[in-house]
Amino acid sequence: MRLQLDNQVALVTGATRGIGAAIATVLAEAGATVVGTATSESGAQRISDALSSTTGGGRGAVLDVRDAEQIKQLIDNIRDNEGAPSILVNNAGITRDGLAMRMSDEDWDAVIDTNLNAVFRVTRAVLRGMIKARHGRIINIGSVVGLMGNAGQINYSTAKAGLLGMTRSLAREVAPRGITVNAIAPGFIETDMTGELDDQQREALLEQTPMQRLGQPGDIAAAVCFLASPAAGYITGETLNVNGGLLMS
Amino acid sequence: MSSIEERVKKIVVEQLGVKEDEVTSEASFVDDLGADSLDTVELVMALEEEFECEIPDEEAEKITTVQQAIDYVNRHLDQ
Repeated sequence: MRLQLDNQVALVTGATRGIGAAIATVLAEAGATVVGTATSESGAQRISDALSSTTGGGRGAVLDVRDAEQIKQLIDNIRDNEGAPSILVNNAGITRDGLAMRMSDEDWDAVIDTNLNAVFRVTRAVLRGMIKARHGRIINIGSVVGLMGNAGQINYSTAKAGLLGMTRSLAREVAPRGITVNAIAPGFIETDMTGELDDQQREALLEQTPMQRLGQPGDIAAAVCFLASPAAGYITGETLNVNGGLLMS
Repeated sequence: MSSIEERVKKIVVEQLGVKEDEVTSEASFVDDLGADSLDTVELVMALEEEFECEIPDEEAEKITTVQQAIDYVNRHLDQ
């Protein structure tokens, strides 16, 4: 079985680094034309460079996912250039860690805005095209902490848990139109985000992970590619754990 | 140039996959033409595109029959 995404247009948010960058590349290698978003011009350029040598090709684009007007402009722009996105990967996310007692409203709001509210807005913006086409794949990047919780991440885990509910409700709404909506819940993956863990935290994590290693961005990208492909056409509303066995549900 | 009535009926036929003779003016999208809630949202979206207008939610809710759609468009285009 080969996972072919020829003639598909994929939008991947937060594709400059880490998991998002790996997803953009893997989808483009599978044949999709990929638009990856970045918060800066230099980030967008980096995405364009990374995609230039892939099978499906693509480009980077600047997007602040919190800005509804920018979302609309980008979706219109993609529709006019590459065609309406048939694959959406909601990957962009931030962390503002802190214990609940000491967490500021700003840190709470920033994470909920970017990791939850923005996902809804980007999704809503691409739905029209998918419903018209009677085909679509929406893949939300959640987190294992949305399922198991994590001390110091009340904002992040709340947003990620919310994302899973969003995934299921939307899956029910749009299934009759040939659109699947799924989530992936990565465990701890080697990226800049987990680079902030200290050695002790890292040790403790590895002890709880049966595979005894952190995941690689490519582990998540492969799962995204599967869910985006025709092979996963009967899977919807599902949360796929990709965590080396850290949590099994 | 076809009339508004013809254009509305054409959209209903396309969106709901029903036969032209079923789309009478009195036909209700849900009760007579078998539309579900998502169909009615799509129908409103299609009307918005065809007539280049934006139909507010509270107005969209009141459009439940073919005639109501035609009336809405007529009213809107008069303005």
